[in-house]
Amino acid sequence: MERVPVLKIGDILLVSIQIDMEDQVALQLQEDLAEKIVATGCHGVIIDISALDIVDSFVGRTLATIASVSRVLDAETVVVGMRPAVAITLVELGLSLPGIRTALNVELGIEMLARSRAESAPDEDEDEDDPAAVPAP
Amino acid sequence: MALSPEESGRLADLLDEHADGLVARWAELVGAGLQGRMSRPELERQTRDLQKGFQQAFANGARDLSDEEATELRAQLGELSSNRARQGFSANETAISMFAFKDAVLGVLGDTSDVQTLRDFVSFSTFVDRAALFTFDSYVRVREALIADQAEQLLELSTPVVKLWEGVVAVPLVGTLDSARAQVVMERLLQTLVDTGSPYAIIDITGVPAVDTQVAQHILKTVVAARLMGADCIISGIRPQIAQTIVALGIEFGDIATKSSLADALRYVLGKKSYRVVTAKRTEH
Amino acid sequence: MSEESRQIPVTTDQDVVRVRQLVRTVAVDAKLSLVDQTKLVTAASELARNTLVYGGGGTVEVSRVRNEIRAGIRIVFADQGPGIADLDLALTDGYTTGGGLGLGLSGARRLVDDFTIDTAPGEGTTISITKWCR
Repeated sequence: MERVPVLKIGDILLVSIQIDMEDQVALQLQEDLAEKIVATGCHGVIIDISALDIVDSFVGRTLATIASVSRVLDAETVVVGMRPAVAITLVELGLSLPGIRTALNVELGIEMLARSRAESAPDEDEDEDDPAAVPAP
Repeated sequence: MALSPEESGRLADLLDEHADGLVARWAELVGAGLQGRMSRPELERQTRDLQKGFQQAFANGARDLSDEEATELRAQLGELSSNRARQGFSANETAISMFAFKDAVLGVLGDTSDVQTLRDFVSFSTFVDRAALFTFDSYVRVREALIADQAEQLLELSTPVVKLWEGVVAVPLVGTLDSARAQVVMERLLQTLVDTGSPYAIIDITGVPAVDTQVAQHILKTVVAARLMGADCIISGIRPQIAQTIVALGIEFGDIATKSSLADALRYVLGKKSYRVVTAKRTEH
Repeated sequence: MSEESRQIPVTTDQDVVRVRQLVRTVAVDAKLSLVDQTKLVTAASELARNTLVYGGGGTVEVSRVRNEIRAGIRIVFADQGPGIADLDLALTDGYTTGGGLGLGLSGARRLVDDFTIDTAPGEGTTISITKWCR
């Protein structure tokens, strides 16, 4: 069975899903990530799905579970790079991925994590500021 | 009715014998109909090619326009009508210019009291009628393709996505939004968000005269899709009547940000990006 | 009226992936728009998983079809499983017996143009979906 690699970059775990995952592979990723979070003490997870040409309800649910589990382990998850056709399909499917934070690309995802870490507000799933924010004087 | 082999043979000879005279007469007749919209030399060249095409087809033994021997001629006719269609000539004019060939041939026919000559001409006439119908058909086909192309171009033209600020794009929607166009606009918008890495999009509907349930649904779905991708949409320029319609239709805009003007929307986004718009102090000079 | 069709068995996770890839290939060949391709492949993924998880495995048949006006793709999911007792309930958003999100059937139906389902308790389930080219 193939495995999705989890890379550690600074304080962030980066997962770039490049294959059409079987359900088992997705579940394995969910486990691997939880262990890696604990082992590394990272506080942020970025899951890049820009190579995925579909996200069905199973993958959607897995992403949501990963986000929840990470939160319990004190790590914030951002899903980045969702393709427009995938987003349109998810809306039609009725999957709104509640509780998952998203950004357009890896760079914006990293900024989002950095900012939310800086704020480290208790209610982090509230309205987010823009990643490219310039503080007002 | 198809030509007999003898008929097409005799016609081939006739067209060959009177080639120059026929071309001149035909070009003259067509030229009168087109009223100077095509230069004389060009017209004569076209007519000469066509005349040759007919002659060749008969010489090869074509008995009907759909015969294999007439393949070349059909290609010529197809090209002629597609040129005429692009140059803006009407389908009528294109077909009539084919009929003029009959008049030209009638002029060189010789003894019209001869039964065989008359028969030949009637068969020939049928053949030309077919050719004219064929040009009509090709003409329509080319025009349809043109219209389809233009519709697509119009769609492209009417749906620009513009960058307003670093990380902020806007789609000013103008004109009636049908479901197909709404879909195209929305797909384009989402793609632009990815291409430019813009986390904010403003959909301005100032130029949209009316919104029906389907269009509103499309806009709503786009906003939700954009959110899934990690971008925020603001809808601006909602006119009073449209606001009334939205409420009357029971469409829930939920927590989607709506602003009355594009300027307000931009100010709102800049605020979210922690910018502040202030008047600069004038310095004397 | 089907022009060509391919059938593959669905008995493992990998088969679900295979169904997705087959449907994608056929959808590209049929010149479906990118969004329509994505919708059809997603629907196929949902339903193939249902065939596997709830039907205990079965077959998926993908064929190119054509009616008077348009060309399209039809996919038939068949299993000999326990069937669905309450169809209305199964087609309700959020209803699930398998620990999923309950969006498989109802969601897949929204993603395609035609959706027919033939099922009875103990008789297995056959679902047929069609997406037409625009």
